[in-house]
Amino acid sequence: MSTQDDKAKKVSANGVAGPIILFFILGLAASLVSGWMLSPKLLYSQKKQPIDFNHVLHVEAVEEGCESCHFFREDGSFSGIPKLAQCVDCHEEAQGEDPNEVKFVEQYVANGREVPWLVYARQPDCVFFSHAAHVKKAEMECSTCHGNIGESEHSRVYEENRITGYSRDIWGKNMSGLKKHTWERMKMDDCAECHTTKEIETDVETLPWPINWIPRPYEKQTGNQARIKTVKEACFVCHK
Amino acid sequence: MKIGRRSFLSFVIGGAAGSAFTPLPWKLIDDSSIWSQNWPWTPVPSDGEYSQKNTVCTLCPGGCGITVRKVDDRAVKIEGMKGHPVNAGGICLLGLSGLQLLYGPTRVKSPLKRVGERGEGKWEKISWDEAISEVAKNLAEIRSQGESHAVGAIVNSDKGTVSNLFKRFLTAYGSPNFMTTPSIQDSYRMTISLMQEVNAQAGFDVENADFILSFGSGIIDGWGSPVRMFKANSAWKAEGKKVVQIESRLSNTAAKSDKWIPINPGTEAALALGLANVIITNSLDSKKISQSTGFESFKKLVQNEYSTDKVSKITGINSTAIVSLAKNFAQASKPLAICGKGQGSAPGSLDEFMAVHALNALVGNINEEGGVWAVSEPDYIKWSDPELDSVASTGVQKERIDGAGSEYLHATSLLNRFPEVINSGEGYPFKALFVSDANPLYSMPDSKAIKAAFKSIPFVVSFSSYMDETASNADLILPNHVYLERYEDVPTLAGLSKPIVGLARPVVKPQFNTKHVGDVIMLMAKALGGKIADAFPWDNYEACLKETLGIKWDALVENGFEFNGDKCMLEGDFNFYPEAMKSLSDFSPVSIEGSALSYPLILMPYDSIRLANGYIGDPPFAIKAVEDTVLKGKDAYVEVNPKTGKELGLTQGRHAFLYTPRGKAKVKVNLYEGIMPGIVALPRGLGHTAYDKYLADKGCNFNELIGSVEDQVSGLDAAWGIRARLTKV
Repeated sequence: MSTQDDKAKKVSANGVAGPIILFFILGLAASLVSGWMLSPKLLYSQKKQPIDFNHVLHVEAVEEGCESCHFFREDGSFSGIPKLAQCVDCHEEAQGEDPNEVKFVEQYVANGREVPWLVYARQPDCVFFSHAAHVKKAEMECSTCHGNIGESEHSRVYEENRITGYSRDIWGKNMSGLKKHTWERMKMDDCAECHTTKEIETDVETLPWPINWIPRPYEKQTGNQARIKTVKEACFVCHK
Repeated sequence: MKIGRRSFLSFVIGGAAGSAFTPLPWKLIDDSSIWSQNWPWTPVPSDGEYSQKNTVCTLCPGGCGITVRKVDDRAVKIEGMKGHPVNAGGICLLGLSGLQLLYGPTRVKSPLKRVGERGEGKWEKISWDEAISEVAKNLAEIRSQGESHAVGAIVNSDKGTVSNLFKRFLTAYGSPNFMTTPSIQDSYRMTISLMQEVNAQAGFDVENADFILSFGSGIIDGWGSPVRMFKANSAWKAEGKKVVQIESRLSNTAAKSDKWIPINPGTEAALALGLANVIITNSLDSKKISQSTGFESFKKLVQNEYSTDKVSKITGINSTAIVSLAKNFAQASKPLAICGKGQGSAPGSLDEFMAVHALNALVGNINEEGGVWAVSEPDYIKWSDPELDSVASTGVQKERIDGAGSEYLHATSLLNRFPEVINSGEGYPFKALFVSDANPLYSMPDSKAIKAAFKSIPFVVSFSSYMDETASNADLILPNHVYLERYEDVPTLAGLSKPIVGLARPVVKPQFNTKHVGDVIMLMAKALGGKIADAFPWDNYEACLKETLGIKWDALVENGFEFNGDKCMLEGDFNFYPEAMKSLSDFSPVSIEGSALSYPLILMPYDSIRLANGYIGDPPFAIKAVEDTVLKGKDAYVEVNPKTGKELGLTQGRHAFLYTPRGKAKVKVNLYEGIMPGIVALPRGLGHTAYDKYLADKGCNFNELIGSVEDQVSGLDAAWGIRARLTKV
């Protein structure tokens, strides 16, 4: 018989193969556990918003829904999270006894200090995104990307990526990168879901503001028509 | 069970295999790439509302309109204002870097009182009330001793409300000593006053000229209003118009001109008169001027004393070149001759200005399209004269310390004479000095003398926004807002054919505990009380400005600028041969200091658009743009012709000592064929000792190496160079 068989027998006889397999499985299991369960805990720090904000309460009180506070400026740029000046319109003094409102008035309004809100949807600075193009022109709902945040009664915990400094919302709660709803993830692939598939054409001149937001459709442009479908050369439309 | 090396390896391999089935490796790669593309230490403007505000840049006399882009309350970018009559959307390097002067570390953040020795850098922060009462206390004491005339002010100009408030303060207080930092504007003003008998500034219709003869003017090195000149130069190129540069050194302007004619330095006036001779002899002169006053005497002068051969000998330019230049100039349809070397920060010889002005008159371009215009000075300040008390009436009658108006009749201010008069003890002892929008300790020739003069003045107050050389040697600093934080009228003269008044407006809130200098003057007056306080009936500077500008205010707020008036050209009889010109009957170049024996070379300064050399020093962005052959590390380069270098045994990049009768500097050698043999050149704008680490201690200050040479007629500084010696280290 060949010497190899002998060796195999010998190893088996010595009882080494078992531990090798066992340790392989242990290593495998350990990395799976740490990769899926421990690493998110290490990678993200948990932060609380400076003020616990109740969207439901506010949406009920205002007339124009999200746009009452998250509005477009005259030049078409998007205001994002309201500045103190807007809040002061109603909250110059505390309207109720909610400790969060009292804290807001005492610590921020009284001192004229901006609230250092933690922005869940903040993208890296090199990413250019026009709200006007999406909300005004394409008439997309806020919730398509931001979820039903208007229905929240409390501010969620903000999970900050210790490496990048951005919110966990960008990658998504699910470490695998899978999502059930459009708003659960905000990476480039998620933008690409529309921008690589949808064959919508739009007339440049009917844009609400003269913003050069459209990926240049190099081959198929006719007149002032431009498609939202992104072609290969359009990287610099969003990556500035 | 035995756990050995194999088990361990197996564990590791299992771990590695397992991690491939977790998101971790891909996540970490993604995160690290996001991190590396957004280095946390890279400054990024915060998100916020964008807005734009128009104002005027006051970093040089150019008067460009600027548009400042803001994110919320933070200014993030300065751009040239579109449609502005001076710069039409363009901007220069210095203007672009202005935000570093607003937010940079050189700002003086509150009133400061010196506690250590002068220049030691030991300061105590004081309140504005304390600062004002400190000044008032000192001034009241000087006044009570009957020495109000021994108080003076150095400011950047005599135009505009801030300068006039200073002047008014001194008058009401009782002093004639209002001094301004000199420039070629002074020489031009005097030339026009002597030859045309009108009080006007020189305006150049450069946009319409088609043959530009420049006697060393740095057209693209910062002369006049720099952005306007850049644009004009580009337009000349595009339209095929000719530019001839007469200069001893191949400057950027010379390199971009159609023809560069090197000349023996200091002989420009002779060339201008030589050209005049050729033009008259060949009957190429404009016929309409032959009836002008003094034309015959002028004709005799140039024909007798400035024959082509003689001029050729004086200037070092060959006769054929002189004749053909004169003919080309005179035969062009809209020729224009300009002078004032480099950026025009040194006034230069009046002979040269008169000779060049006569040359312009000879080709009939005075007050004509494409020519030189005598433009009216801004006249919107119509304050009634302040009522003077007895001390003030006596004080203002005293002679000025600099001799302007007495020793030198035509001059209004002669700052160049100030240090010498003080140091020699000729004048009366000076008691107090205010410095605003000026940095004489850096920018005046002969730094040693001006430092000594400052030392002998017991009370020096600086209004500088920055810790510059003068501020750091003052007793008290009352910091002004920087130009982006304050209102101010900016009458722009800088050679514009249609002068305008711009309105500088606060773009951002004052960043520190600073105060508008106009308000401080009023507070000082109020603290002194009596008729001095009465001379300032306004509540504050803004009220004064609004009232002064009157109907102009609304237009200024709306547009940011306003023309001085429709009719800005002043007509006067041209006099070709004023009394002052008689000195040219026997040409001798402006003599420069030093003996040829001990100082065989001649040192000249040169200007670059990348180097600010006045009150404002180069901000970090600008200093970064300075070429390696001008400044490398901490060494400035002196330009030396390879021939001269060979004679002195100096090679490229080698250290050398540069000696002049006024000082010494360690420099590096840049062998450059663009400089005449026997001449060496140093850039202006380097060698600061103050400001921040980006500017301080880099290169050497040309002003430490040169002295002032008084022009015989104007009394202004006519020095164009100094004798020098260069030795190996």
